[in-house]
Amino acid sequence: MADETFDDSHVVVSSEAAADSQASLSAEIEAVHRSYQDGLAGGAAQETQPRIDFAPYRSSVLRHPTKDLHHADPETIELWSPAFGHRDVHELESDLTIQHNGEPLGERLEVRGRVLDGDGHPVRGQLVEIWQANSAGRYIHKRDQHPAPIDPNFTGAGRCITGADGSYEFTTIKPGPYPWKNHYNAWRPAHIHFSIFGTDFTQRMITQMYFPGDPLFALDPIYQSITDQKARDLLVARYDHDITTHEWATGYNWDIVLSGSNRTWMEDEDAE
Amino acid sequence: MPEQTGTEATRTIPKLPATPGQTIGPFFEYALPYAKDGELVPQARPGALRLHGTVYDGQGDPIPDALLEIWQADEDGTIVQEPGSLVRDGYTFTGWGRESVDNTGSYTFTTLNPGATKPGSAPFIAVVVFARGLLNKLHTRVYLPEDTAALAQDPVLSALPEDRRDTLIATRESSGDLLWDIRLQGPGETVFLSFAEA
Repeated sequence: MADETFDDSHVVVSSEAAADSQASLSAEIEAVHRSYQDGLAGGAAQETQPRIDFAPYRSSVLRHPTKDLHHADPETIELWSPAFGHRDVHELESDLTIQHNGEPLGERLEVRGRVLDGDGHPVRGQLVEIWQANSAGRYIHKRDQHPAPIDPNFTGAGRCITGADGSYEFTTIKPGPYPWKNHYNAWRPAHIHFSIFGTDFTQRMITQMYFPGDPLFALDPIYQSITDQKARDLLVARYDHDITTHEWATGYNWDIVLSGSNRTWMEDEDAE
Repeated sequence: MPEQTGTEATRTIPKLPATPGQTIGPFFEYALPYAKDGELVPQARPGALRLHGTVYDGQGDPIPDALLEIWQADEDGTIVQEPGSLVRDGYTFTGWGRESVDNTGSYTFTTLNPGATKPGSAPFIAVVVFARGLLNKLHTRVYLPEDTAALAQDPVLSALPEDRRDTLIATRESSGDLLWDIRLQGPGETVFLSFAEA
């Protein structure tokens, strides 16, 4: 089927775009970042989110609104989130290494952190979903045709419900970096996709967690669509030897902060 | 219905910088969709209707790899706080659903008409859009077309120019279903919302 080819899974806007070198792509990224720095120096506000209009990520060109987002006060339903619980998610769904008969290949790791709102309050009892490539950089997704091996013992999708302190924890393996078709010789840094709910639907978010020191950071137009270095750093997990377990798994810590809640924090929600 | 502790007037100033979003990417299909994800109610339930449409890019081409989520009140305007969205039992209305578009960019939710959450307010469904090529989530709303007086007084709609206002109002089909397309860019670009942070 035509739509299952590797080429179609990473659509580029033109054949010229496919031929762009990393050097010219990096120069485009640098130009955007320089203009952001100039703006900051001129008193412009610090950015905390990715640009949605960011041409170095080629498939964004026709997929971002050109009109300004309309500023709205959240109302009624938007001040609430759907409720999830242990009826929805089994505890074992947070372990991505036990979904098949054997052990997946790769570096076993624990990722642990908390989901917080902008005031630092824990987001408790909410749904966290993750998905990722296997240790060879291959997704189980049928459209991923990267010629790296599929691991029969690894699907790469997990879920959990946050604890009373907003905590989440996943056991998985370290995903590999993988090539894509944004430009010539384009590679994504290793990452885990995270999908998170807050207390308000306005806080709903999907993002990607990265690993410290990845040599592909500077080259990646998706990561670099966040123009502010401090903001970009927030997507990088911290290696934590206290999470690492003896003769078993390495440990990473990554906290997720959602945009400010518009609901009033209830005192009884602070009680443990 | 839970006690409504949140009001539009009670804002808090964020103290921690928010974690940035990133694109959902191309490979979410095996991870996020699940059985009956877009079926908030069974098709046979009285009042069940189809909310459907197509997601388009800036050239008017359908987008085959977008994911939509809806979140709404029930028919009485009650905001439901029931778990069970991920393991639908066919009886519990949770108010939330998820649907990835098909190869032609089309989506279908089976749901109920949301009621007005406040007397005289215009009923709407909250929508969030994710897609490959879209670097961050987009929030929007789809309003029911019937209560024109309430629509005219709605604070979001009344602040928009008329041609843009219509992008947030669904078309009621003779079957009772709701038709609503999403245009990420270009002519008829859907109005997307950003929410105040005090």
